[in-house]
Amino acid sequence: MPHPQPRRSVLQALGATLFGLGFGSGARAQAAEVKIGVIYPLTGPAASTGAELKNALELAADIINNGAKSIADLPFAAGGGLPKLKGAKIKLVFADHQGNPQAGATEAERLITQEKVAALVGAYNSNVTATASQVAERYGVPFLNPESSSASLTARGFKWFFRTTPHDDLFVHNFFDFLKELEAKKNFKVGAIATFNENTLWGNETTKLQAKLAPEKGYALVKQVTYPAKSTQLTSEVQTLKAANPSLVMQSSYLGDALLSMKTYKELGFSPDMILANNAGFTDTEFIRTLGKDAEYVITREVWALDLATRNPLIKQVNDLFFARHKANFTGNSSRTFTGLMVLADAINRAASTEPEAIRKALAETDLRAENLIMPWKGVKFDATGQNTLGRGILVQIVDGKYNTVYPFNLATREVTWPMPKWDQRK
Amino acid sequence: MTAEILLQTLASGVLIGLIYALVAIGLTMIFGVMDIVNFAHGEFLMLGMYASFWLFALFALDPLLTLPLTVLMLFAFGMLLYKLVIRRIIDAPMLSQIFTTFGLMILLRGVAQFLWKPDFRSIEGSWVSGSIKLAGLQLGRPQLVAGLGAIAVTALVHFFLTRTRLGAALEATAADKEAAQLMGIDSHRMFALAWGIGAACAGAAGVLLATFFPIFPEVGANFILLAFVVVNLGGFGSVTGAFWAGILVGVIEVMGGLLLGPPYKTAVVLVLFLAVLMFRPQGLMGKA
Repeated sequence: MPHPQPRRSVLQALGATLFGLGFGSGARAQAAEVKIGVIYPLTGPAASTGAELKNALELAADIINNGAKSIADLPFAAGGGLPKLKGAKIKLVFADHQGNPQAGATEAERLITQEKVAALVGAYNSNVTATASQVAERYGVPFLNPESSSASLTARGFKWFFRTTPHDDLFVHNFFDFLKELEAKKNFKVGAIATFNENTLWGNETTKLQAKLAPEKGYALVKQVTYPAKSTQLTSEVQTLKAANPSLVMQSSYLGDALLSMKTYKELGFSPDMILANNAGFTDTEFIRTLGKDAEYVITREVWALDLATRNPLIKQVNDLFFARHKANFTGNSSRTFTGLMVLADAINRAASTEPEAIRKALAETDLRAENLIMPWKGVKFDATGQNTLGRGILVQIVDGKYNTVYPFNLATREVTWPMPKWDQRK
Repeated sequence: MTAEILLQTLASGVLIGLIYALVAIGLTMIFGVMDIVNFAHGEFLMLGMYASFWLFALFALDPLLTLPLTVLMLFAFGMLLYKLVIRRIIDAPMLSQIFTTFGLMILLRGVAQFLWKPDFRSIEGSWVSGSIKLAGLQLGRPQLVAGLGAIAVTALVHFFLTRTRLGAALEATAADKEAAQLMGIDSHRMFALAWGIGAACAGAAGVLLATFFPIFPEVGANFILLAFVVVNLGGFGSVTGAFWAGILVGVIEVMGGLLLGPPYKTAVVLVLFLAVLMFRPQGLMGKA
């Protein structure tokens, strides 16, 4: 009996391979479009942030491809694609990692081998960025990470990994610099510190450094509380904090748990002098929208704030474009992701090629200046580990339903309110 | 550690436990009546939350006011799901049944994300907000109302099962499908009813939660694992078992977190779960 099936599938596979090869090399030769693979949590617990980041990337791609004539200082604002690549357009190929490191690695592999992307951008969650960038490293494809802040990511000796955002170590140092400067300025002493964090890679790493630095900088660390990221209630955690009676809580939470913790603080009447938060959930668009007045007075580290526009008009102009499309302002996350794609596009343009090695080389030579960015950074310039050395963080405080820059003091648009009023003394 | 903190934590544990119980009651009922494990149960809770959110956002109707309406909607949805999907897999192998309800879970989450975006929503300015002092304890009003609501709904379900003819027919079907059929009880009707009530209970829990818990497409995932533990602990199919087990799990979770440290709170619950599986597999109140 003949077996036509196997033969047919072999033929199909051959055909597909040939087609794939032909298509791939053709695309590379004429470079009518540059495919960039994008890996974000489009479903799963962080889907809300993922959607925001997707919007930011689409805006960046649209500006590069179709222009934004009114914004002269923004690179590529003239539109018409990448000039040095004969006006090649950026094409984003989205993949969903669901917040799962395994899925992140699989999707990275698929984008590289099947979609033949020239470079990858992703992946928000630090632990997913870790696995996805590992795949990129293996295949020798540039991986640009705009917003994962786990310090260990650039300590792996990778050749193909580039990170534009400052990392957690720097942010945590910023906290203590802020406390010292605030103490000097207002002539008082910040009391005991407690840490409160979710138990995945990011929360644990940040907290580890806080716990190490606190005694070194002369602060008493009275309690460390860690909780599972998918909690239905945080009662025992908040009770434990309350019993330790710290005057300052340093908190690392994603959105769901950040909301839950704030509600539990209020319910159980836990009123420390200040909550100093590590962005993430505290800077998500939904944080203020959901909590309303109960979000007031929290100070969170940030990488971006709309009120910085008073010093850099570019910020307002780009934000207006974003707002017109999505009825929401940029956040620290979406602005960084937007910037990430701009940095990558700049490198691909200078490389004048979609060959991975040429892009990698161009990325390593990146030298963008502050006035071309929508970030409060001094610029973008990568060191040998792939870390942007010119990034820096800011601190913002929520007052009147807005994020107000309060630190560094020379960029501040508002004085720090300290301590935050107790729950029962708020209106 | 003061007695006040212990008492306060205990009270919070009981209140969240009542919600766990309400979620688990629907789950245990569906299982008890037709031996199908409903993995999409957390999604009923999610739908209940979204129903109250939209009624609040669009028509400014308070979740408590719309509770009966939402419960009816979920009841109808549960029945419909039974008629459209579950009816076809009653006699299918267990693996197919598991995949079916698991698939429903993914589908419902996906649809919710597609229709309502993955954003976190919440209901601000509901009738119940803030907290009250009661005998030295600080209790969140939404939590208190949710706990009382859970008790009321459970009592209603219990009354229905033990005091009405229809409830007796449902219990009879759960006890022995064939024998019940011989007595003239239409088992398909009973199954549909079980799905209706099961979904309605989860929906009610969703409404009660909606006043203080963020609402998002994946919210069911936070509760479903605990609901399975509760169902198992209380005994598969036992409504009263699920009620007490829910409270127990809530209390153990918060007390374990307080006494042993928050990172271990889920571990404590799951150790208890394992112990029950090993030493009393029929559950605390289940029939062997």
